[in-house]
Amino acid sequence: MNIVACVKRVPVTEAQPKIAADGKSVDATGFEYMLSFYDDLAVEEAIRAKEKLGGEVTVLTLGASEASKELRDALAKGADKATVLKDPNWAARDARSTAKVLAKKLQELGAEVVFMGRVATDRDNAAVGPYVATVLGWACVTDVVKLELAAGKGKAWRETEDGVETIEFALPAVITCDKGLNEPRYSGLKGIMAAKKKPIDEVAFDDVANQQSVAKLEFPPRRKDGRIVGQGAAGVPALIDALRNEAKVL
Amino acid sequence: MTTIVVFVEHSKGQARRASLEALGAAKAAGARVVAAVEGSDAQAVASTLGRFGAERVAVFAGDGRVSADRSARDLAALVREEGATACFAAATSSGKSLMPRIAATLDSTLHSDCTGLDLTGGAPKVVRPWLAGKLIATLESSAPVLCATLRPNTFAVQEGSGSAEIVAKPSSSDLKALLVSIEAKTGGKLDVKEAPIVVSGGRGMKAPEHFALIEELAAAFGNAAVGASRAVVDAGWRPHAEQVGQTGKTVSPQLYIAVGISGAIQHLAGMRTAKTIVAINKDADAPIFKVADYGLVGDAFEIVPALTAAVKAIRAQR
Repeated sequence: MNIVACVKRVPVTEAQPKIAADGKSVDATGFEYMLSFYDDLAVEEAIRAKEKLGGEVTVLTLGASEASKELRDALAKGADKATVLKDPNWAARDARSTAKVLAKKLQELGAEVVFMGRVATDRDNAAVGPYVATVLGWACVTDVVKLELAAGKGKAWRETEDGVETIEFALPAVITCDKGLNEPRYSGLKGIMAAKKKPIDEVAFDDVANQQSVAKLEFPPRRKDGRIVGQGAAGVPALIDALRNEAKVL
Repeated sequence: MTTIVVFVEHSKGQARRASLEALGAAKAAGARVVAAVEGSDAQAVASTLGRFGAERVAVFAGDGRVSADRSARDLAALVREEGATACFAAATSSGKSLMPRIAATLDSTLHSDCTGLDLTGGAPKVVRPWLAGKLIATLESSAPVLCATLRPNTFAVQEGSGSAEIVAKPSSSDLKALLVSIEAKTGGKLDVKEAPIVVSGGRGMKAPEHFALIEELAAAFGNAAVGASRAVVDAGWRPHAEQVGQTGKTVSPQLYIAVGISGAIQHLAGMRTAKTIVAINKDADAPIFKVADYGLVGDAFEIVPALTAAVKAIRAQR
């Protein structure tokens, strides 16, 4: 099976952004990056699909060349090859433009099943998976916590507010991976050595214009200073009083 | 006057509150509001939506089959038919699954998890958290249709005395994915994302069985959901569905009570927009106290049962 995992390199959780002088872009000086949390699950699920059904795993990213570090790790875990769609403007790219660029590449690659993270933890759009599938006319199941794949079809379980849904779908399909789907493996020394010989292509692409632009960035309003209302169970009446009479939430 | 199509979710004959908030946001923007509801049981819900701002309700009764790709196609067709310039859904599992597909069908980008809207003139603008809520972005859209999901518990429900025209719509066929079953949550528990009150527990609860204390406090409020920190979800004490934080759910309840949670950046990303935050922790230096409005320092095993009893007493008086 022709399997693709789409991944994104994002600032680490602890990154403290500064607003650049223009008031609408992020000063990323000193940022460290990592593979988006859920994309790790996508890579793992892609490798598991290959182990079960045979075939080849391509890891695809739209981003800076520096993302080859994260791609190399995916290759060490068992993916076969990787492609970077080199994008100096990745940080400004909107959901539609990202999805259309990826969709075109996925078609060229002949993908049959595509794994993505449920959401990228920098932009929190959760849009690109279902957007890509719709552009390509494919099936898509989002927030998947359990998956069974077979030739030409699959069954996925997704978590919602009301419970767990079971969905049957035809391939080709895009699956977005949620926590619980798998436990990502670590890359071993053998894999790391093997990954050095695996190809990472850096390619250009035909740009798709953004429909979204940042007009302004601000820091969230500072919460008003809180206070310690008491110690131990003896403080409960003071807390109740504050919740009823100040915050008026009780 | 512009038209906005709003996708309204419902269960057990009731519209989801987050969907009513989306209707309210569309109404507040001064638009003509067209609601869309799906399902063979949608008629009863449809008749209530006029009160919440809808002027017209499109009912897709369907054929009993549920498929996100079909819903998206039907909704996008409705947007075109109504000449709508915007389409909203709540940022719930369904809304987040559906709206990118509607946007793709309309060749428009998607603005996810919006907390503000400005459609008063010029290019439409949306406000939303950026980089896990560390920043707030105002975004300008040049999309043909402004497609947006709206964060629950953020926009006001606009209840009035209006009534809506109800129109039946045919559903399309050709389904690429099909819902075959739903395993409903036990006991009709509230979802952490939508509940007006969230009581979350962390590693300070010491063992999974002690979450009974958290559940009892949530039950005492009557309208609270149980949440959890990443540490206790990773340890297998609680299901991922309850996790609040950057790799879990983002919540904006009226009241958020963090018990035995230190307040790591990853957790703050998921709850810092709560209206009122209470922290209960034995470590007076825990970072959670920096974002909390009210803090209680001490042993959760003493404080939580006392708080549960106090909340019960208040509720019993009503």
